Amino acid sequence: MKIMVAIKQVPDRDAQVRINASAKWIEESDLQYALNESDAYALEEGLQLKEKHGGEVIVVSAGPERVGSTIREALAKGADRAIHIVCDDIGERDALSVARLLAAAMKPESPDLVLTGLQSEDLGLGQTGVIVAELLGMPHASLILQVEKTETGVTVKQELEEGWFQTIELPTPAVLTIQSGGNKLRYATLMGIKRAKTKEVRQLTATELAVDAAPVVVLERITLPKKQKSTQMLSGTAAEAAAALVQKLKFEVHVL
Amino acid sequence: MSGILVIQEERGQGRNRFSYEALAAGRILAGLTGLSLETAVVGDKNTPILAETSGVPPMTAYAVQHPQLKHYTSDGYVLAFEQLIRKLQPAFIVVPHSYQSRDYVPRVATRFGQVLISDITGIETGPTFVRQLFQGRMNGSYRHPGDGPCFLSVQAGAFQVDSAQGGTTTILPFEPEIPADAVRARPGEPFRGSSETVDLGSAQRIVSVGRGIKSAENISLVQELATSLGAELAASRPICDNGWVPMERQVGSSGQTVSPKLYLAVGISGAIQHLVGMKGSQCIVAINKDPDAPIFEVADYGIVGDLFEVVPALTEAVKGAGH
Ligand SMILES: Cc1cc2nc3c(=O)[nH]c(=O)nc-3n(C[C@H](O)[C@H](O)[C@H](O)COP(=O)(O)OP(=O)(O)OC[C@H]3O[C@@H](n4cnc5c(N)ncnc54)[C@H](O)[C@@H]3O)c2cc1C
Repeated sequence: MKIMVAIKQVPDRDAQVRINASAKWIEESDLQYALNESDAYALEEGLQLKEKHGGEVIVVSAGPERVGSTIREALAKGADRAIHIVCDDIGERDALSVARLLAAAMKPESPDLVLTGLQSEDLGLGQTGVIVAELLGMPHASLILQVEKTETGVTVKQELEEGWFQTIELPTPAVLTIQSGGNKLRYATLMGIKRAKTKEVRQLTATELAVDAAPVVVLERITLPKKQKSTQMLSGTAAEAAAALVQKLKFEVHVL
Repeated sequence: MSGILVIQEERGQGRNRFSYEALAAGRILAGLTGLSLETAVVGDKNTPILAETSGVPPMTAYAVQHPQLKHYTSDGYVLAFEQLIRKLQPAFIVVPHSYQSRDYVPRVATRFGQVLISDITGIETGPTFVRQLFQGRMNGSYRHPGDGPCFLSVQAGAFQVDSAQGGTTTILPFEPEIPADAVRARPGEPFRGSSETVDLGSAQRIVSVGRGIKSAENISLVQELATSLGAELAASRPICDNGWVPMERQVGSSGQTVSPKLYLAVGISGAIQHLVGMKGSQCIVAINKDPDAPIFEVADYGIVGDLFEVVPALTEAVKGAGH
């Protein structure tokens, strides 16, 4: 099975994000980056399918040079090779433009299965994989936790809301957007990290792929959210704050 | 380009609130743009949600029906709504942000060369559309400057269900063409996950732990606090994904919905999928090292600090208070 996994580099969860001077994006200097969480699960699913059925796992990522480190991480975990769509204007592109880049890089490879995470931790648009499916003319299923290969395609377990699930049979080639939690994530081994250095990373550009950046929707401004409630902040040392909280819970909230 | 089309979802008794909220968002948009409001739902003219909508503008409701739409599939819905949108030519399409809409609407939008502005929480003059970024740590304002329909999905709980004044709704059938081989997926019947043995819904006190706890071994720290308070232990999704706390104790949109007297969130950032499961709690306390964590937006009491210091101190203080 030839499996392509689209991965995105996002600001690390623990990084302090601050609005930049233009108020259109965040301050990117000295920001730490990491692999988007549900993309890590998509990669894991791809690697496990390959281990069971043979084949190849190719990761694809669009973004500036810095994305290279996330690509190496995926290769270290076991992906066979990578395509890096080098573009510095990724922030100005909307989901359709990014999906066009990914689809254009994937199409010539004729994958059997395309996996993506279900949503990114930074923009949270939750649709790139679905758009890629439309652009490639493939069927898709979203919010997927488990994938079983069948004679003609795949059987997948989809998460619905409030603890409900559904099984779906799909012919391949197909696109699946993967939800977190379906598998246990692996770590890169030392051997894996060493091997990753020799694996192929092919660089492509937006110009080569003939995808322009002109967006249909524009992110105009970023602001900090307004508070919905007035929160009483309890300060002091840990012991002081804890003692103050116990007083509040006892005499104001009456739950103790 | 004419009106605003709100696509509702018939979920069965008492479960249609998200569609009413989408309708409420549609009305705000109608107020801002002066455009007329129409609605559509998959089903025949007797579909309950249409009866509930009648008497309240929108003036026209489309009952979208075809044997291939009996069970939800992305392919079926994409074809049906692509055709309805080509017929009506709305300027805006508004849907609830649900597992269903996030599955098919981006494909429909792509067919019009458009991008869904997903999960919006506000509509402002312009119109501009507000949605969360960085898991609720920031808000982004989006505009749709060009021609062509603008697709929007509405976050659950973000818009107040309104009761707009009277008028009669005309229900018209719409029968899309869906070729027999167009639907490629074969969906099975929905089923429930793990037999939920823990009913957190009736708990009076809940201590809930998030990724700030760092490792499985540290869970005991929070468990101790829960025990001292006589509280149930719950967790955010990543904690359950990692298997550190059993799945049936997950709170949020894909876990349980709780409304205890006390909800104490430890090292939880407050992503919307978590908040929808607990924001109905009577008293919310948050312990987080990040003063800008979105959980503080809904908290009654907050302690900014390192949970590894605050939690043991709190356990001591609770024990000391003779609880
Ligand atoms: C379709 C879908 C469904 C989902 N369903 C759910 C659901 O049902 N429930 C759910 O919870 N999530 C759900 N999620 C995931 C959700 O989007 C968030 O990713 C998740 O809630 C984050 O969990 P967290 O707050 O524990 O982790 P993080 O967001 O990583 O937050 C960790 C927090 O801990 C704080 N912290 C770190 N170290 C310390 C310390 N030493 N002391 C104090 N504080 C510290 C940090 O400041 C941060 O605020 C869903 C997502 C999707 C897309």
